[in-house]
Amino acid sequence: MQVPAPFTYERATSVEHAIALLGELGPEARVVAGGHSLIPMMKLRLARPDALVDINGLGAELAQIRVDGDDLVIGSLARHADLLGSAVAGEHFPIFHDAEKVIADPVVRNFGTVGGSLCQADPAEDLAAVFAALDGVATLRGPAGVRQVRVRELHVGPYETVLAPDELMLELRVAIRPGGGSAYEKVERRVGDYPVAAAGAAVWLDGDTVRDVGIGLTAVGAEHFAAPEAEAALRGQPATEESFRAAGQLAAEHCNPSADQRGPVDYKRHLAAELTTRALLRAAARARGQEA
Amino acid sequence: MTTVEERPHTGFGRTLRKEDVRLVRGKGNYVDDVRLPGMLHGALLRSPYAHAKINSIDTSAAEAHPKVLAVITGETLKGLGLAWMPTLSYDVQAVLATDKVRYQGQEVAFVIAEDHYSARDAVELIEVDYEPLPVVADAKKAMAADAPVIRDDKEGQTDNHIFDWESGDQAETDAVFANAEVVVAEDILYPRVHPAPLETCGSVADMDPVTGKLTLYTTSQAPHAHRTVYALVAGLPEHKIRVISPDIGGGFGNKVGIYPGYVMSIVGSIVTGKPVKWVEDRAEHLMSTAFARDYHMRGEIAATKDGKILGLRVKVLADHGAFNATAQPTKFPAGFFHVFTGSYDLQAAHCTVTGVYTNKAPGGVAYACSFRITEAVYLVERMVDVLAYELKADPAELRMKNLIQPEQFPYTTKTGWEYDSGDYPKALQLAMDMAGYDELRKEQAEKRERGELMGIGVAFFTEAVGAGPRKHMDILGLGMADGAELRIHPTGKAVLRISVKTQGQGHETTFAQIVGNELGLPTADIEVVHGDTDQTPFGLGTYGSRSTPVSGAATALVARKIRDKAKIVASAMLEVSPDDLEWEGNRWQVKGDPEQGKTIQEIALAAHSSLELPEGVEGHLDATTVYNPPNLTYPFGAYICVVDVDKGTGGVKVRRFIAVDDCGVRINPMIVEGQVHGGLADGVGMALMQVIAFDEEGNHLGASFMDYLLPTSLECPSWELGETTTPSPHHPIGAKGVGESATVGSPCAVVNAVLDAIKPYGVRHADMPLTPAAVWGALNGRPIRTDLAIP
Ligand SMILES: Cc1cc2nc3c(=O)[nH]c(=O)nc-3n(C[C@H](O)[C@H](O)[C@H](O)COP(=O)(O)OP(=O)(O)OC[C@H]3O[C@@H](n4cnc5c(N)ncnc54)[C@H](O)[C@@H]3O)c2cc1C
Repeated sequence: MQVPAPFTYERATSVEHAIALLGELGPEARVVAGGHSLIPMMKLRLARPDALVDINGLGAELAQIRVDGDDLVIGSLARHADLLGSAVAGEHFPIFHDAEKVIADPVVRNFGTVGGSLCQADPAEDLAAVFAALDGVATLRGPAGVRQVRVRELHVGPYETVLAPDELMLELRVAIRPGGGSAYEKVERRVGDYPVAAAGAAVWLDGDTVRDVGIGLTAVGAEHFAAPEAEAALRGQPATEESFRAAGQLAAEHCNPSADQRGPVDYKRHLAAELTTRALLRAAARARGQEA
Repeated sequence: MTTVEERPHTGFGRTLRKEDVRLVRGKGNYVDDVRLPGMLHGALLRSPYAHAKINSIDTSAAEAHPKVLAVITGETLKGLGLAWMPTLSYDVQAVLATDKVRYQGQEVAFVIAEDHYSARDAVELIEVDYEPLPVVADAKKAMAADAPVIRDDKEGQTDNHIFDWESGDQAETDAVFANAEVVVAEDILYPRVHPAPLETCGSVADMDPVTGKLTLYTTSQAPHAHRTVYALVAGLPEHKIRVISPDIGGGFGNKVGIYPGYVMSIVGSIVTGKPVKWVEDRAEHLMSTAFARDYHMRGEIAATKDGKILGLRVKVLADHGAFNATAQPTKFPAGFFHVFTGSYDLQAAHCTVTGVYTNKAPGGVAYACSFRITEAVYLVERMVDVLAYELKADPAELRMKNLIQPEQFPYTTKTGWEYDSGDYPKALQLAMDMAGYDELRKEQAEKRERGELMGIGVAFFTEAVGAGPRKHMDILGLGMADGAELRIHPTGKAVLRISVKTQGQGHETTFAQIVGNELGLPTADIEVVHGDTDQTPFGLGTYGSRSTPVSGAATALVARKIRDKAKIVASAMLEVSPDDLEWEGNRWQVKGDPEQGKTIQEIALAAHSSLELPEGVEGHLDATTVYNPPNLTYPFGAYICVVDVDKGTGGVKVRRFIAVDDCGVRINPMIVEGQVHGGLADGVGMALMQVIAFDEEGNHLGASFMDYLLPTSLECPSWELGETTTPSPHHPIGAKGVGESATVGSPCAVVNAVLDAIKPYGVRHADMPLTPAAVWGALNGRPIRTDLAIP
């Protein structure tokens, strides 16, 4: 059995308590949510926090999935399984269900959280691409108070976010707008594997014209998990396979994959194009009500 | 689904597995469940380098850890003469490195502490001064003139060569090739893979300082062989060693050999006078324990223009890692690779195998390969498809045309092996009928018109399992024959003691059924004892699908001895001559007077009673035997796989898999099917997703289950199984082994299917694993050569 190096453990009883604990314990303390990213890294001794602050008792405050005004709100402590099972999330953004079906396996999904996924900032994280496509906004809270950060600005590099050591992610918000559809496409070597590459798309149509579009990419070295050039080129274009293919090409040109056991650079770049196109096609079909 | 009957089950047929009563409730007892009073915990420090000189090791900080009792290095062992141990292939392997490390993950030091956490913490406190050396990670470079010599510990070793081996007749084969109308050659790699049982390796050593008796709880597929090896190596008297293999969570050949960790738990217990547990973690297991395959093969096939296969010529470069620790019969350095002629009637065949050292983990075992038969079958079944490709022939038809015919059995191959029995065309025809072969080909043609990629892969295999005979097959001089002891208690309940050891195959059920079949006793009334050298007769253990062919035969024969003895007792009970008795399913009865008879239960009680027994009968009802198999058994099968390939992503979906297996008489068909299911899943894994890869520095790139992928139910279709039954003529109950059949036969069926799907792209061969990236590469004109890790 792999076992972590020594650490101390505290259980937070409220959001305020968690933030206070993080302040007291210093920058080598870590929040533990589902623990499915952090604890494996601790067992491999790649992560060596001095202390863990367990926020799993804060479900009542942090695990809700609900509509608030024009926003879908997802608590940071919502589990992957909660999001997969959430009718309201699926109704407004089917991309969540597409993605959650192919993230990890049921055991991991029962524990891993939405906030933990985004804060982990793994360069192959699926939800980062989903929230980038939807242009979601994260609510963070630290000792100085609350701030809002676009998910597209949350990640500053592999395994690095803008969160201060004593900041907690509270929830994520996605604006609900009419005429939209969304979808997620992933290639994996085996079910439960991180993606070789994946793309998420959200489109809002005016008739047959793309009014607005969001494209998220993961595992291909896309800056902030997004494809702004492709989005800009697609806005105002006809919602046809041809324009989607062109957008896919642009997305592929602007990403920066690296070779590993999942595949070589050109293959991943090809997937960025292919999966972006497929996700756009499906998102548009959904926006037209042609596909569930 | 076939339902399982409710009345007391007796003899062959489907019945629930006896062991599942504990296993499915989580009440199994594995090595890591063993907790002894005062038990300490060991952990190994392993090398971060694939090849490096050890300048010095400083253990002082680790020793100062408050919970550490001892830190042992190679230097300590040297003093005890234990720094090196023999491997199963007449090589030696470092227990703890002294001079240098030779692969990443090699054992360097052993810490013993009060708890597992402290042992791990202290491992990190050991400071080793390494001097990195040039690395040989690629077998093809091992024999280069400038390659560093890995085994400079061996006297006279000046390069990385281990052995040259050949089989078949070279001159005859060359002549056939010289005159053949068609000759096709292909380079085919069977990449390094890992058995990856879910339970990692481990042991708990308990040396009793008072009695001098060592009890070793260990993950061993071959407890008796291990005991003897410990006696020979450590100089411990054999009767003072008790090896217990409790429940084993999968072996697949990985738990045949002896690992440094086992030895260190023993040394640790001797040093501390307390029981010492050592259980490796997943990364350690995948990095350092016995791998499988790593065969770089070049095949050539000769044929006539109309598809009659004439000959096969094969050259193999075998990567054995840093120590030659392959688990196989000692006189067989390339295992049973001789069967590379497969299931076909050839005029000539020849192969050579060269084994080399590399800076990679040692091993090269089974992994359900029956000693290299997986490699052999993969080679020949790929070559037949390569030939079909060149001849534009249908791969099923081509096979049908060349299969050994039923009337040719017993069939002696061009490498001198005698296949015992078979009806190959019948099995292939059944598989084709089950698949709806012609319909599938029609569907494929239509799909190709539309630009969709669908493939149908065919593979036929012949296995060779059940080693010995002992005169040909031994491991370190221990002949491959196995004992069995059967005792019938006065009340008619039985205890069978066998030398083989289940790792999940269901021995406690199957072997009880064999006894029940011979004696008419209910399965539930027969206890099977195994995995404890103090309680069971000697034998070489479970691997190479040998349990049923060897111990299954021993069990049937020992039960027949009991039956014969029971006959004499019955004759005394019935006051008739033994010659007047006949056996009727579960009792001896008087010929022509079926009212007069005695069941085994009645006889057992009498045999223990005050009944006056005839001269020459000792009383009680027990017997022992040793079975030395006259030949291997040769199970076979025909597999057909159907895949769909997404040409936009290279993703492969296995849509259907039809598996017709012939393993002779089936004792428990449910258990047989379970073995086949597991092997088929294994095959999908190897074909599509598995490789133990290294970079140029010899860094291991697959040391977790996130990197080394095991297939799940979602990658596997609902298996479609069929069977034919050709009993083995020389096995007492006509059974052949089946444990590895599906692992041997399935990888090639999957690979053949994928290559069939992408045939329109002009791809003739591609190496496993056929990941989406690899398939996409092939579609885009890149040859798929799996070498090192990163493309
Ligand atoms: C076998 C396996 C397969 C997987 N497959 C996939 C996959 O296919 N795709 C994929 O995208 N992911 C995959 N994952 C990753 C999985 O999605 C994440 O492990 C998980 O969701 C992270 O959430 P967590 O709650 O477990 O985070 P934790 O491990 O608890 O935390 C992760 C990091 O986030 C920080 N953190 C957590 N919550 C907060 C918060 N509210 N505020 C501030 N910081 C916080 C922690 O301090 C830590 O640094 C896989 C994981 C496993 C184990």
